This record gives sequence, structure tokens and C-alpha cells, in this order.
Amino acid sequence: MKPAILETKDIHVAFNGVKAADGVNLRVGEGEFLAVIGPNGSGKTTLLNICTGYIKPQSGRVCLEGKDITRLGPRAIARRGVARAFQIPQLFSDQRVIDNMMLALAAKDGLWSAIRPLETEARHQEATRLLELVGLADDAKRISRTLPEGHRKLLDIAVAMALKPRLLLLDEPTSGVSVLERFPLMEALMAALRQARITALFVEHDMEVVARYANRVLVWNAGQIMAEGRPDDVFSDARVLERVVGVA
Amino acid sequence: MRTILAAAGILVIAALPLVAPWLQFVLTLAVAKGFAALGVAVLLRAGLISIGHAMFFAASAYGVTFLARLGVNDFAVLLAVSVLAAAAVGAIVGSFLVRYRAIFFAMLNLAVSMVFYALCAKLYGVTGGTDGMPVPIPTIFGISLGEAAFKQVLFYVSLMLIVIVGAAVHRYLDSPLGHALSAVHTNEIRLEYLGIPVWAVLLIAYVISAALAGLGGAIAGFAIGRVVPDFAFWTASGHLVLVAVLGGIGGVPGAFIGAFFLELLHSAAVTVTDAWNLVVGAALIIVIMFLPRGFYGFFEREKASAL
Repeated sequence: MKPAILETKDIHVAFNGVKAADGVNLRVGEGEFLAVIGPNGSGKTTLLNICTGYIKPQSGRVCLEGKDITRLGPRAIARRGVARAFQIPQLFSDQRVIDNMMLALAAKDGLWSAIRPLETEARHQEATRLLELVGLADDAKRISRTLPEGHRKLLDIAVAMALKPRLLLLDEPTSGVSVLERFPLMEALMAALRQARITALFVEHDMEVVARYANRVLVWNAGQIMAEGRPDDVFSDARVLERVVGVA
Repeated sequence: MRTILAAAGILVIAALPLVAPWLQFVLTLAVAKGFAALGVAVLLRAGLISIGHAMFFAASAYGVTFLARLGVNDFAVLLAVSVLAAAAVGAIVGSFLVRYRAIFFAMLNLAVSMVFYALCAKLYGVTGGTDGMPVPIPTIFGISLGEAAFKQVLFYVSLMLIVIVGAAVHRYLDSPLGHALSAVHTNEIRLEYLGIPVWAVLLIAYVISAALAGLGGAIAGFAIGRVVPDFAFWTASGHLVLVAVLGGIGGVPGAFIGAFFLELLHSAAVTVTDAWNLVVGAALIIVIMFLPRGFYGFFEREKASAL
């Protein structure tokens, strides 16, 4: 078994008595591409919020490469190599697409070496390379709020990638992305993740994407892991087909 | 193009007192207020409105008089130390205030500045109360000058400082820190998820803005020759916000454009009518209605395509 990059140990989170995580033990192995699927409102995004320190579990522990990060906030966890792309893109909407990217790259370099301008040759090249990866190179000079929703989503992923994370958390990476762009994006993303040896955990509703790209699938239901395993095994489980995929 | 325009603007302003000597005082005050408004504009980029920056303006001017009392009499030292004092006050106040946003930030700045104003007005033995304190004429590199000569030097040094300090602020705003400051306005969550400490970004901005207000205050103190508690009154803080918005927050020159416009308009209006506030107010309404990005919006190059 590959060493774990992220582990949750018996985590519990409830909102007004509704359990979003109920004694969850999760393990993400290094180099994995783990998909989390489940019905709407089952707590998938809450899982990402817990793993990035946005929500603190009421009990249990979250460990990153064996170190307890349960009480750390998003900033501290980001500095430890965890990046996140959001379900609703989180961008600097008044700034240009390229500036969004270069600010993320500057954050990785260390913001305090701030005497030089944001736009350096090296940053510009790297930002352009990442924008090409997600197909946004032509939009580099646009103000990010003017992008269509699908492209905003792609930019959000590229911003997260700019941090060169050890672990990338993606919340529905293909939602809002057009059907034509969906698979090319995933192919490019997978290639980039493999090349940079980035482990990824992604929440997804598109079962075709999950079946094609995930190494392992985790089925989340009512704050618990209902099933997990290889995509073929999970999608042949009758309970999963009935409750999650919607095929009885 | 913008650099050439800025250089030409400064040359014209430098030449104006040669034609109309009475303008020298007005323009020196405009430069002083321009620096303070630039401080306010720095925070406006993060969406934070300070209605209390006159406090730093006054703190620095009082700092000059206190230092002069202690025997410090060199212009450069007085200027530098008083600006540092304003920055230090900014660091202390800012460490509390940068946790707040929107109306809370504005009101807390107002509240702190009014406490400072009250202290200046009431501590008669220390600050001279509402009478204020005289600001002595300092020496320049050990040379004693008469009042007229000193004020002429002050004017041209102030113009020189626009170039030097303006370039430094421009550099800061174009750095990752400056861009992170603008990003606070649109998405603090993303900044945190990039590992950028928002409080530190804001605290640095606050200290810089306090130092700029302090620089303005020191220049104003030297130009007027007296510092009074009214320097810190809330209407003075409101005036700085007005200058910043009027000039435009898109770039460094905006604050100075706004300051020169308002001071010159004010000087012209008082010669026409006692109701000069009416003229100034009407002009402001027109500018704000037709130039929502301020005067500097005219000159801003469209860096981004919004197609």
C-alpha cells in the first residue's frame, strides 16, 4: 500500500444535529486520484472543508503526511502543500486572468520577496503554461469576472495548480464546463497531475468522468463512507447504483 | 505617456509660484494633503475606507514640534522621525483595526481619531490645547534660513518627494503585496487558500498609509507654522477621503491631482463668494457624477480587455 498523504481518523461534524461526517476514516494514498461521489447534501464539500481547515471537526483528527493538521486554518494547510479548487470559483474577479495566476505563483514563491513587480518573466511564462494547460491562454488579459462560468472554473483549477501542491482537492472540477471541454480538460489535468506527481481528491457528479479517471472511488452518504474501491467494483454495487447513481 | 504627463504636471506646478507667489503656500498644502490622501487611497484599494487618517496627519505634525522642543532642529531628521512616529502609531492602531471591514473599519478609525483629537484639545500642558503649538523653522543641513526662504525650499522639496515617494508607492502597489492588497477587496477566502496572510497584507498597507499621512502632516505643519487639534478632526479625515476619491485610486498621481484641484478650486471660490462651500460642493457633484473613477480615470491606460 502506498504511504498516506492525507488521513482522517474518526472525524465527526454535525450542523444542528444533521451529521455531515459521522466517524469517518479516510485515507488518500500518495499519487492516487480519489473520487468522492454521493447524493447532494451528503457532506462531500464539508469533507473538503474539513481537510483544508475551513471547518474544524467536533472530534477526530486530520493528518497530512502523518502530521496532525486538525486545528490548523486554510492558510497554514495551504503552506503545507494542500491546494483547493472550489465548486463556486474563488477568483480575484477585478484582476486579469494572468494576474490571478501570477499572484498564486508569487504566493508560492513567498509574498515577502515583494520588492520586484508581480509580473516577472519567469512568472509570466509559468502562468501562461498553466493557462495553456486549461485552455485559457487566449483569455490571459481578460478581467476574470468577464469569463464565462466554465472558464472561471478552469481558472480556479489553474490557480490551485499554480501552488504546485502535494495534494490537490477539486470540488466538482467539470461542473459548469461544457461537454466539449470536459474530457480534454480532464485529460490535460490528469497529465499535469501525473507529471508533477500531485495526489488529488475530487468530488464529482459526472459518473463518466469518475469511471474514466479515478483510481479509487469513495461513496459518501449521510456523513458516512457507504462504499469504496475501484470504479468497476463500486459501480457494480447495487446499493451505490440505487442511492447514488440513481439506477435501481 | 503617463510619465511624461506627470513630469510635465510637476514642472508646471513648480513654475506656478514664479508667476503667482501667493500660490506657493496653497500648493505646498495641496502636496501635504495629496500625501495623506494617497495614504487613504492605498487602503481604498482593499475596499477599506478610513475616516480617521487625519490622526496620523496630526500625530506627525505634533511629532515635529515635540522633537523641536527636545532640541532636534534639522529639517530632514524632523521629517524622517515624525513620519516614522506616524508609522509606529499606524502599526499599533492598525494591528487592532485591520481585523475589521466595511463600516466597522471606517467607524473605528473615526472613533480612534476622535479620541486622539480630544487628547490634543484637552491636554493643554502637553499640546497647547486648542491654541496648538508653533512649528519652528528648522535648519537645512545646518544652514539657518529665513521664513520665506525655508518655505520656498519646503515647496520644492515637497515636489521632489512626490517623485521619490510616489515612485516607491507605485512600486509597492505593483508588487505581489500590492496586488494581494487589491485582492482583499474581491476575495479574502482565495487569498487564505493561497497561503497569504490577509491580516499581514492589510497591516503593512495600514502602516504605509499612516506613514504617508504622516509625511503630509509634517509638510503641512512646516508650511502653516503651527499645529492645532483641528488637524485631527473628523472633517479633516473626511476631506482626505474626498480628495482620494476625487483624484481616483487607480494610481499614485490620483491623490495629488485631487488635492491640487480641491485646493485651487477652494482658493478661487473664496475670492468670488463667501459661500465657497457651495462652489466646491457643486464641482464635486459634477466630478463624481461624470468621472466615477476620479480624475485619474482619464489617464488610466486600459490594462485589461473586458471583451
